[in-house]
Amino acid sequence: MAKKESTLVNMLIALMVITIVSGGVLGFVYGLTKPAIDQVEANKNLKAINEVLKTDVEIATTEAKVIEDLTYNLAYDANGDFIGAAVKTYSNNGFGGKVELMVGILKNGYINKVSVLAQAETPGLGANMTNEKWKSQFDGKNPKEFILKVTKDGGNVDAITAATISSRAVSEAIQKAVDGFEANKDQFMKGGNNE
Amino acid sequence: MSNWKTFTKGLIKENPILVLLLGCCPTLATTTSAINGMSMGLATTFVLIMSNLVISLLKNFIPDKVRIPCFIVVIASFVTVVQLVMKAYVPDIYETLGLFIPLIVVNCIVLGRAEAFASKNPVLPSILDGAGMGLGFTFALTVLGAIREILGSGSIFDWRFLPEDASTILIFVLAPGAFIALGYLIAIVNRLKNTK
Repeated sequence: MAKKESTLVNMLIALMVITIVSGGVLGFVYGLTKPAIDQVEANKNLKAINEVLKTDVEIATTEAKVIEDLTYNLAYDANGDFIGAAVKTYSNNGFGGKVELMVGILKNGYINKVSVLAQAETPGLGANMTNEKWKSQFDGKNPKEFILKVTKDGGNVDAITAATISSRAVSEAIQKAVDGFEANKDQFMKGGNNE
Repeated sequence: MSNWKTFTKGLIKENPILVLLLGCCPTLATTTSAINGMSMGLATTFVLIMSNLVISLLKNFIPDKVRIPCFIVVIASFVTVVQLVMKAYVPDIYETLGLFIPLIVVNCIVLGRAEAFASKNPVLPSILDGAGMGLGFTFALTVLGAIREILGSGSIFDWRFLPEDASTILIFVLAPGAFIALGYLIAIVNRLKNTK
């Protein structure tokens, strides 16, 4: 390689030109992909909300409310009556870091359904938390009777084989959603009728 | 070296994973299934080709003392492009590969080829070198991913040949399985090379 002499000026120019051009290209690509990325995110959220709050009652409108660190997607039927909330919750104690869930809680406080939004657990073990069969154990449970802890810790959650940590994380996240829901329930209930 | 040789040397003779043992971090971490390994390989191939191309074009413009920062900026830009595009159009794969896409920036194959080849050679051979190395990387990752998926999950390219609850050799989808499978793969390749 014909080595180019390094002077302060040409080093500055080279680095500056390269970073400015790179910045421009990235800005352009970002603008190009932004709508598609937002669409993907929105679809995923909406799909999860509809999935976890699926009951006989049709959801007419939803409203997202952020209280502390959880997002509550409140769902109302055609008459404006409160159906329940799809709570976006998380646990930082997964085997592979953060686990994000959408938990559907009906107005009577029962867990309707659980959906996994994001997880980085071990494939074949903890990642099996996305299996319908395993998740369905939470369906229709009353969190006042169903203790959200794995059986090893004295609860009612059947842990995934060889993935107790992941199962604990899921239980913890659901518990967080349930607690948050209970604490803010009154506010949700009247929200739909008064507004 | 002819252009053809420049291209093919990355596939087997100087295969980045199986022979040079470069870029083992993403290799071990992302090959939990054939499709994951292949996507990771293709993403890296794109970055390799593009960064080799640009660095080869800029080689007379970049002063020697700041070449590494310049290379890194170029590489990081292409990685971010790949990341955004994958996030927008193949969100499922993006999610499984997650952190390892941005980590292509520090993959030693990419910087290694920029430094060792693209900064010393004309544009066409640099592109071919990037493509050859990238495809060699993709090939190794796909094979490794396939082995681990077959043994560990009982499926291949997400197509299951064993029932969902069959007991498989779980260790192969875990980290130790990556080392074991890669070790055997390298041993086989060495054996084949030596008998030739």
